Amino acid sequence: MDDPRRDDVISFSIALADDALILGQRIAEWVSCAPSLEEELALANVALDHIGRARLLYAHACTLAGDGRSEDAIAFLRDGRAYTNLLINELPRGDFAFTMVRQFLVDAFNARYFVALAAGAEAGLAAVAAKAVKECAYHVRRSRDWMLRLGDGTQESHGRTQRAADALWGYTAELFEPAACETRLISAGLVPDRAAFADAWRADVQQTFAQATLVTPKTTWRITGGRDGLHSEHLAPLLAQMQFLQRAYPGAQW
Amino acid sequence: MVTGAGVIPLESPAYARRRARRDDPTHAALWNCLDGVTDPEVPVLSLWEIGVLQDVRLQGPTVVVVLTPTYSGCPAFEAMQQDIRAALRDAGHACIRIDVQLAPAWTTDWLSGVARQALRAYGVAPPVLSAAAVQCPQCGSTDTHVVSEFGATACKALYRCGECAEPFDYFKSI
Repeated sequence: MDDPRRDDVISFSIALADDALILGQRIAEWVSCAPSLEEELALANVALDHIGRARLLYAHACTLAGDGRSEDAIAFLRDGRAYTNLLINELPRGDFAFTMVRQFLVDAFNARYFVALAAGAEAGLAAVAAKAVKECAYHVRRSRDWMLRLGDGTQESHGRTQRAADALWGYTAELFEPAACETRLISAGLVPDRAAFADAWRADVQQTFAQATLVTPKTTWRITGGRDGLHSEHLAPLLAQMQFLQRAYPGAQW
Repeated sequence: MVTGAGVIPLESPAYARRRARRDDPTHAALWNCLDGVTDPEVPVLSLWEIGVLQDVRLQGPTVVVVLTPTYSGCPAFEAMQQDIRAALRDAGHACIRIDVQLAPAWTTDWLSGVARQALRAYGVAPPVLSAAAVQCPQCGSTDTHVVSEFGATACKALYRCGECAEPFDYFKSI
């Protein structure tokens, strides 16, 4: 690709990949300590879907860049400021309610967004998105099911789920804010505008919350900055753990 | 055990297109060679039967293999590529290239009727369009319930049979 949008596609692929990798890493933290064996399998599977998606997106960026950098180098050899994931993905896993509310809020967005990206004009992103669409449908079915069970469950599960929703709400605004590179791709008609999904997403979430006897938060504070590399204090420890092996033993391979 | 007797083997259009590519006799030897490579997680299915192997052809001295991954993060995909290289090397091919093709995305429509029967015989319920029709691979009952949408591998879900009470894997339909 020799057009001026190439660098934007590379940056945006990496941003979407960072979303998937960081969330995948967070979900994977449940392996060995999930509430039940079935949940552990489910969480591990969902984590793998995200990490696999990240690999495909990093690979797409590497192919376009053609500078010899590998997907591993992008994942393991960048510092926090170079990561451009949305902040909601990097928050600590919290309790099971927090993990599942985050999954639901993100899954509900992804289930709509990736359908549009799969129909988009950027062929590489569309191909990855087409794979993700099928996985997202499974993910949101499960996380929505957990909203109903936890929200409309016991007093304890309801309280924890509502607290998680309240804590996470201010991070959802960022889901609908295009990065600078993305805005140019939207103008060029190459990728869908994420801002256009806000109303449908809100309706989906409100409907599920109502069914789950949860109150849609009225929170007005909002926090953004992930796409510019401005992160919470939680990303650095995550990277320290995830990148340890490649940093300590450069070039190590299975 | 359900043997598949009485089941009409329907071929999806997607499968028919794959079958046409496969039946082209030009590279029959390569196809036959790769028929020996099975899915490491479902060893009763070859990579062709499971729909991962799309095409194989000779380009000059190079064997070009085209693969489509099942799920984005399927860890077996690496093992599959290693097994393909090993099989082709054993058949005397030194120069091998593996291309990963994402579009069109892998679908369980690519599973052949034979593959579905092999799955059932192996104890894994083959994919069906409606969750209500998932059939117990042990006793054939459709009185089955999902235990977890995610099973031991990315491609399977956990089910239990209400009739014979046996738990079983269901190959998810996507």
